[in-house]
Amino acid sequence: MTLLTDPPKESFRLSMLLYDTRYRSATIQAIAMIAFMLLAAWLINNAITNLNNLGKPMSFGFLTDTAGYDINQRLLDYDSQDSHLRAALIGLLNTLVVAVLGCITATIIGVFVGVMRLSNNWLIARIMTVYVETFRNVPVLLWIILAMAILIETLPMPRAFKGDTPTATMDLFNTVAVTNRGVYIPEPLFSRSLGDIHFLGDMALRFDVSMDLIAFLIVLGLSIFGMRKVTARANVIQEETGDRPKTWHVLLGLLFGPSIVLMIALGFHLGYPELKGFNFRGGIHMRNSLIALWLALSLYTAAFIAEIVRAGILAISAGQSEAASALGLRPNRTMRLVILPQALRVIIPPMISNYLNLTKNSSLAIAVGYMDITGTLGGITMNQTGRELEGVMLLMVVYLAISLSISGVMNWYNNSVKLVER
Amino acid sequence: MSDVSFVRTDMLPEQDPPGSEVGAIGWLRHNLFSSWINGIVTLLSIYAIYFVLAGILPWVFQSVWNSGSLTECREIMTATWGQTHGHACWGVINERWLQLLFGFYPKELYGRPILSLVLLLVAITPILFNMISRRMNWFLLVLAFFVTAVLMDASVFVWILRAGFAGATLVIGYQLVTLSGADRAEQIAQGAKRLPNPLMFTAIYPFLMPWLMWGGTIWPAICTAFGFVIGYLVLRFGKAYMSELLTMIVAVAAAVIWWLVLSGYVSSGLSSVLPIGIEAVQSRQFGGFMLAILLGVVAIGCSLPIGVVLALGRQSDLVVVKFLCVGFIEFIRGVPLITLLFVASLLLNIFLPPGTNFDIILRVMIMMTFFSAAYMAEVIRGGLAALPRGQYEGADSLGLDYWQAQRLIIMPQALKVSIPGIVSTFIGIFKDTTLVSIIGLFDVIGLTQAIRADTSWNGIYWELFAFIAFLFFIVCFSMSRYSMYLERKLQTGHS
Repeated sequence: MTLLTDPPKESFRLSMLLYDTRYRSATIQAIAMIAFMLLAAWLINNAITNLNNLGKPMSFGFLTDTAGYDINQRLLDYDSQDSHLRAALIGLLNTLVVAVLGCITATIIGVFVGVMRLSNNWLIARIMTVYVETFRNVPVLLWIILAMAILIETLPMPRAFKGDTPTATMDLFNTVAVTNRGVYIPEPLFSRSLGDIHFLGDMALRFDVSMDLIAFLIVLGLSIFGMRKVTARANVIQEETGDRPKTWHVLLGLLFGPSIVLMIALGFHLGYPELKGFNFRGGIHMRNSLIALWLALSLYTAAFIAEIVRAGILAISAGQSEAASALGLRPNRTMRLVILPQALRVIIPPMISNYLNLTKNSSLAIAVGYMDITGTLGGITMNQTGRELEGVMLLMVVYLAISLSISGVMNWYNNSVKLVER
Repeated sequence: MSDVSFVRTDMLPEQDPPGSEVGAIGWLRHNLFSSWINGIVTLLSIYAIYFVLAGILPWVFQSVWNSGSLTECREIMTATWGQTHGHACWGVINERWLQLLFGFYPKELYGRPILSLVLLLVAITPILFNMISRRMNWFLLVLAFFVTAVLMDASVFVWILRAGFAGATLVIGYQLVTLSGADRAEQIAQGAKRLPNPLMFTAIYPFLMPWLMWGGTIWPAICTAFGFVIGYLVLRFGKAYMSELLTMIVAVAAAVIWWLVLSGYVSSGLSSVLPIGIEAVQSRQFGGFMLAILLGVVAIGCSLPIGVVLALGRQSDLVVVKFLCVGFIEFIRGVPLITLLFVASLLLNIFLPPGTNFDIILRVMIMMTFFSAAYMAEVIRGGLAALPRGQYEGADSLGLDYWQAQRLIIMPQALKVSIPGIVSTFIGIFKDTTLVSIIGLFDVIGLTQAIRADTSWNGIYWELFAFIAFLFFIVCFSMSRYSMYLERKLQTGHS
């Protein structure tokens, strides 16, 4: 007679760390962790030794030193007596300016080109293909330098606007001056301005906020809130009676009315650029470096966005639009209610990565001398102070923060439009 | 009265479609003038095309090809067309195109980068186009070597090389011409010996290329390759004595010890005893489009395997491994390439033992490889995510272990799905090689500044930019077309 016994309880042996799948993963992870730690320790140890040998142990004190260089395109006040930290801040804002401007124009151009590539007009579709292939297949650095060269070499000098018979004239009813030193556009001015509020006193990160802008934003927000109320009410009435009240004139009035009243109250007028001496004064001066970077980045990224949009629209099967027509939806409603919501799901994730690419590519500003964060912190500051390690680290942290926040925001939006599956 | 028929009883002859619906006119009506708006848009586009071409074509074709300086160019233009505006001065390209392609690489050694490129093409044909037969591949290879031998300075050794390669070329070529592919397949089926796999040369190429480009003695290349041989030998014969896992560890350890400790002494010893080699070229002499291709090829070639490993790591169940991979990928993808190049040019030496100072091009290569590997990992992860769960489960149910499943089931499919992404990463990396001009390497864009610094070409822009754009366009466009071809070829769906 045999007795059924438990299998002998296996005692833990060292070899089980390798051959038992229950323990092997722990072994591998432990080895990976130790290897990583050793590598990191080795690198950091080397860095410390090397920096000590060079006589400049790591410190971020240089950020409070006087920068001593000028930044010509800036959003906040700055002069060469300010600190390196302030210069970095100005640079960061410049990066954000060109990134935001670039993303907006790239989206507009990209969507237009992408839709047009699907046009049933053969010629238009071909032209758009040529555009996309040309811009996609040539390095963006070349486009940036080329745009800069075009602006500097082909546009008239401010001097050309002078005299009785000027060789160049201002555009758009004498309001915009396009010169080889940059573009001068009218600036918004307020004769009964509410003034600015100054934050952070005398510190490096000080900034002003225009009360006019705040007031405008508040009024605009209220208008939009009102518009949503009106639309909601219209929906309720439509649900009850089946007739939708006419709302567009109310909406239009709500959108523009209060803002216009506020503008008049604040005494809004435009300050036009004027030729004084050999240069233009007044207005907002957008330097060539900014324009070239903006132009090149948007045209380049637009080519990629166009392909994304095209792929997104093509990804929606023809059955969807046929079904929509079968339901009796008109073409523009088909687009708005059926095609677009589905296409957006395909379009948005790659669109996010293209916005990120544009932001990262804006670091090429250094090639045309636009003072973005790479030009200030990673350029002149680093050269002047010799703090390469600290400078590059800060630069990377800043870009990482920008990238992660853009992708965070966009992922949040992506989740809100995502198809909810089981 | 039944013979009055109200229904036609005989068939009418077929009519041609109306003239406005077929042929050129029909095509125009359908594609260009299908509606009023379309017609207007077409006319506007034609005007726009005319406007652009009217600017560009005269500039390109009514141009000066032979001149030694911009001033001379302008004089010729004024003499010929009465104005300097709107005419290209291709004289600069005519004079400097070799420099734009090769940088400051010694003129008499231009053959070496060219040979590297040709051999690269030969080495990647078996990977890119698997319908090319082995015979064809070997034929291309020996032909390339034969042409090189013919171009080399004659010596007894070279004459032997020429004769050898000529013989091989003739034998394989004769066979190619006289024996059709089907007959050859028949022969092989009956037991004829096959030619060795051309991938053999592909495996040799990574060691051959640096030697050809940088020159010097051949021993460092051979010693580096020997490390792999050691590893392979241990793997092959060690299994008889040790367990599989231990063999693997010993193989890697042996190779690493060889590379880090021994190979340096061995190669320098051999170099001093037997200095077989070619003239050495310094890294700072590298430049031009050649540099873009070199950096691009190295980054692309190294990033694919690293990318696969990172993607698998990111999908892994091992938390630590996953965490490390995600950290690496997200960090690299979150910062611009230019900051990584700053690291290469300014910081990499700080992180290495004091006194280490290695080549700037090598440093840039390392950073660019990291950069593209992170992007590659994301593309491949997309491919992995696209595979249905059933594939993993199927592999498990067949009893395959992790690596077998990856190698035989998962990766072939995942890589196929991610081909478009992989190729666009390749294109992106290749274009991004131009960024090295910002850290002071003389790539093709850096050279434009060097050329403009010359007094005779001071102020020349458009011709140089057009030439560079043309070069990049050709390479990138053909890569994207190749990816389309590959997608079609690998399509196994029913559509």
